[in-house]
Amino acid sequence: MAKHETPLLDQLETGPWPSFVTDIKREAESRAKNENNVDFQIPADVCEDLLGVLELSFKHGRTHWKHGGIVGVFGYGGGVIGRYCDQPEAFPSVAHFHTVRVAQPAGKYYTADYLKKICDLWERRGSGITNMHGSTGDIIFIGTTTPQLEEIFYELTHNLNQDLGGSGSNLRTPADCIGASRCEYACYDTQALCHDLTVEYQDELHRPAFPYKFKFKFDGCPNCCVASIARSDLSFIGTWKDDIRIDQEAVKAYIGGELKPNGGAHAGRDWGAFDIQKEVVGLCPTGCMRYEDGKLEVNTPECTRCMHCINVMPRALRIGNDRGCSIFAGAKAPILDGAQMGTLIVPFMKVEAPYEEIKEKVIEPIWDWWMEEGKNRERLGELMKRQGLQKLLEMTGLDPDPRMVQEPRSNPYIFWKEDEVEGGWERDVNEYRKHHQR
Amino acid sequence: MPTVESNGKAFEVDEDGFIDDYTNWSEEWVQLVKKEEGIDELNDEHQKVIKVLREYYEKNGIAPMVRVLSKVTGFKLKHIYELFPSGPGKGACKMAGLPKPTGCV
Repeated sequence: MAKHETPLLDQLETGPWPSFVTDIKREAESRAKNENNVDFQIPADVCEDLLGVLELSFKHGRTHWKHGGIVGVFGYGGGVIGRYCDQPEAFPSVAHFHTVRVAQPAGKYYTADYLKKICDLWERRGSGITNMHGSTGDIIFIGTTTPQLEEIFYELTHNLNQDLGGSGSNLRTPADCIGASRCEYACYDTQALCHDLTVEYQDELHRPAFPYKFKFKFDGCPNCCVASIARSDLSFIGTWKDDIRIDQEAVKAYIGGELKPNGGAHAGRDWGAFDIQKEVVGLCPTGCMRYEDGKLEVNTPECTRCMHCINVMPRALRIGNDRGCSIFAGAKAPILDGAQMGTLIVPFMKVEAPYEEIKEKVIEPIWDWWMEEGKNRERLGELMKRQGLQKLLEMTGLDPDPRMVQEPRSNPYIFWKEDEVEGGWERDVNEYRKHHQR
Repeated sequence: MPTVESNGKAFEVDEDGFIDDYTNWSEEWVQLVKKEEGIDELNDEHQKVIKVLREYYEKNGIAPMVRVLSKVTGFKLKHIYELFPSGPGKGACKMAGLPKPTGCV
């Protein structure tokens, strides 16, 4: 018999999809039975009270979690988010219900043993409920009490070789795609870069000193599996400079039907014979391809690396050999302004350890500018909008490039600075009058 | 709201141990909470941070950004964490009697 009646939550379980309500009920049941004799450090019925307070919130149409809450561990300013319930008498087991962010491994590779260990830790010192993974990418532990925080931090860092992630106005836990470890599209080693920058910027990650949050994300290719272009203040997307490598024999095999398009992903239904003209050449956004006389050609200067042709015919088309990344700045979700996608600020940069060019020419000058000029809770993308791309280029020393411009400007005014104009503002009137009458 | 006491002086605090009202702050408060924020003995540098925080808050009605605190005190962020192990937002603001910083998610 459940501790609280939850008729509204029960409805959420009736849909066709797996329900978090079912998951929490299972955890509640498991904690009540406690077959493994876990020495629970927070109340055993925490999941019951969690369901109870959520049911009440549904009934009232408003949340019963308080706003804010500031808790943490010594030495760090981020990593733990304070949560308190505003009905502690009715739901004492969730009076404190803090969230802990734990840094996920690059590419989210785990061993089963590791997963068991972190779950055991959380069963004992928390609610047992996790979120694998949060939107930023961290492992999220949901629900514990203040006295447990230092204990959890100690166990994570000493026994599990693990660290807290970012929260608050700091560098959030960097996230990447699986990259070169399992994907032939990877134009650079995303895991290596993600790990290197995570280690390099530990201080920025754990001790909030920024105007607001800041996210790095790493995509090995323009397929953008971690959606870095939409979700990160600095997005590193793999690309290449030379030609797409074409295996004409394999192209013929796709046309002949020996190879299945998209790696056989559309096999569930008969879509008819593969039509390269319609399905590949005709869908090229820049029209840079043609298929004539049994030969597929790509006009590289027109190619925008949209990945469509490579995705359809991965055995026939491969990424080029001269690889690196493009860097985009300023993507964010809507809070102040609307949602923004990243703006291209570096068309191409080599990605080679120890990544000094990326750190010294891009990341650090941008941080210096944003920390100096950014208002409280102003994301990089908002500062870029407020002060302009021109300012960003000036502060970073990056050269302006037509590829940074999405569309021709509608406003014809350009404000030159004196040092950008030959001879400055000084003019010799007499010299001018030689060629121009009054 | 729970109440904590020191030398016969009572302070109302919220669940994170922040003082209920900025004007109720006193030296006793600092002595009372230093231990839970991981500080054994207060030195002049602690006092300087607290003073800067209070002055800034009185003038602006809001806690300064960390970078501003660092600039005004002349202490690098790392040093502020050495002084206040629980950080400028939690430890230093709490000891200075400032309202709890919000929205740290």
